[in-house]
Amino acid sequence: MSTDLPTTTDTGDNSQALADDTSGAAAAFTVDPRLLLQEEGLAGYWNTFRRKLRSGELGSLPMVVGLIIIALIFQLRDAAFLGPENLSNLFVTAAGTGLIAVGIVFVLILGEIDLSVGSVSGLAAAVFAVVNVNHGVPEWLALVIALGSGAVIGALHGFFFARVGVPAFVVTLAGLLGWNGLMLQVLGSNGTINLDDTGLIASLTNHYFTDISAGYALATLGVAAFFLFSFRDARRRKAVGVPSRPLSEIVLRSVALAVPAYVVAWLFNQYKGLPLAAVIFLGVVVALDLVLRRTSYGRKVFALGGNVEAARRAGINVSLIRISVFALSGTMAALGGMFLASQINAANQSSGAGSLLMNAIAAAVIGGTSLFGGRGKTWSALLGVLVIQSIASGMALLGIASAIQYMITGAVLLAAVVIDSVSRRVQRTTGRA
Amino acid sequence: MSATPVLALRGISKRFGAVQVLTDVELEIRPGEVVALVGDNGAGKSTLVKTIAGVGPADDGVIEWEGRPVTVDRPHTAQELGIATVYQDLALCDNLDVVGNLFLGREIVRAGVLDEVEMERRARELLATLSIRIPSVRIPVASLSGGQRQTVAIARSLLGEPKVVILDEPTAALGVEQTAQVLDLVERLRERGLGVILISHNMADVRAVADRVAVLRLGRNNGTFEVRTTSQEEIISAITGATDNAVTRRKARTALEEK
Repeated sequence: MSTDLPTTTDTGDNSQALADDTSGAAAAFTVDPRLLLQEEGLAGYWNTFRRKLRSGELGSLPMVVGLIIIALIFQLRDAAFLGPENLSNLFVTAAGTGLIAVGIVFVLILGEIDLSVGSVSGLAAAVFAVVNVNHGVPEWLALVIALGSGAVIGALHGFFFARVGVPAFVVTLAGLLGWNGLMLQVLGSNGTINLDDTGLIASLTNHYFTDISAGYALATLGVAAFFLFSFRDARRRKAVGVPSRPLSEIVLRSVALAVPAYVVAWLFNQYKGLPLAAVIFLGVVVALDLVLRRTSYGRKVFALGGNVEAARRAGINVSLIRISVFALSGTMAALGGMFLASQINAANQSSGAGSLLMNAIAAAVIGGTSLFGGRGKTWSALLGVLVIQSIASGMALLGIASAIQYMITGAVLLAAVVIDSVSRRVQRTTGRA
Repeated sequence: MSATPVLALRGISKRFGAVQVLTDVELEIRPGEVVALVGDNGAGKSTLVKTIAGVGPADDGVIEWEGRPVTVDRPHTAQELGIATVYQDLALCDNLDVVGNLFLGREIVRAGVLDEVEMERRARELLATLSIRIPSVRIPVASLSGGQRQTVAIARSLLGEPKVVILDEPTAALGVEQTAQVLDLVERLRERGLGVILISHNMADVRAVADRVAVLRLGRNNGTFEVRTTSQEEIISAITGATDNAVTRRKARTALEEK
């Protein structure tokens, strides 16, 4: 389980040279001077890093730098920006859009787009409100029904795309309009349904683990798991004679993960404690990251984003994977909708409307997921939504109108796509497209 | 060279609508033998390969696998028998690394999770036994040269432990050095005792690695030649039909009538 936080400088690349391995089958190779060599020690990492920089393998680095710059600018203008209260609220408000963006990441890896997520999130919130408040169904069951409806809607989009052959853009555009209409219908003439303000949904964004040990325990758990899995992986690799990370690097990476983890935990404890919303959001990002990178399902999703025909010839059920990815996107949209409903404690006619859809897609792209398919991480949803939410929250602190905020978010999105396109071009010219 | 062919085609015929693409085609491949399948454009090479690979089953005729007749109606059955096909338009995913491509569709899974270590070990082992040199098994195949990509595609077909490998134009669009790499690999397949069907337009490649050359012309067999004892001119005239003219046809007819 090597879950690289975007804050580490490494872009999750584990390509090591064949040459740093002296045991096993590869020892029979004579070393080709053109092989990718990684020298020992810190100088080696620095050289590898420089080589990647030159060849355009930037990964999430530009946006991590961007996020730091944004934070510094706002901090200089208003010292409250990096304060515990603002950062804690920032994470809680980011969770809803972020969860939707995680689903978008999967769709983008396929090389497709899902425009319906905003409407689906609103519809899911309306379904929950009607089933729970109007019909008195228990909250947990209403939650299951709401998430299930998101999954079914997503699968329906997937069916029209994968089986009928309608472009995903059009299918989900129809969904954008249609599901918004259904939401208005479901809400009925009243237009707004208030949720129980002490219930399950309300607690999604207003529950905090006030015990200060909770945050530290979670941080410790994450770092320990990361270290143990990396260590075990390296030992197994060494045993069978494939390149492995040296212990020094594993320790270095664990420290690189531990520092932000404990800082964030400490910050949360300075305010109300560890927010439940942040725990769920991080949990989903980590879990789906593992699905994407460590299961054969995830491998198939990437394969489809790379070359559909090759995937088909490799015996992959292309339609099934496509339908499942859209179903996942719908489910994540519904889950995100629950968090957004929780923030206002109601489902109303503007649920899932406004800039939600664009923010979710922008978050995935800003975080480094390619619009061209085949490349992406769930972590980019976290990074991207933090960038977007930081801009929104910083502007609000400074009292800048939302007109300016939209323009700046738009500029950041454009910058992210430009970086993606340019890095692809640089990669092509250096033969690493 | 053993006597029983691992794969034999008997009287394969196929038509698309009004067009008779293949007529009574015969072909035999023995273990450890490279058979080049040559012919002009439209001679039916690709169609013949598709009948073997199970992509487009034949209308008529018998496919014999190790001496017994089999039906190959789906790509899956061909793979199960032990027929691997490497298509001309490389079936690789550019964004996946070499290991990911080699094991695509047959990932090794341990406790529900991809066993990257085992896959990487096996990939390196396979590439080492085939003497395939690539910079790293962990770089995306997009970074590889055309020849390296082709060798990866061929190596990929070997993971299923096939007995017959069909290579569709493996050296098309490759440079001199890269072509040599691929031809080296073809020879190594032969050393491993595999039967290889090599489709190629390049006579130099064919003469370099093939043991026999089977010529198709207008959907029919137009001779099978031992490479060592046949001149290039004879093969080319078989491909172009220079031996198939009014004179030779008359000769054949009179020979038949005399019987």
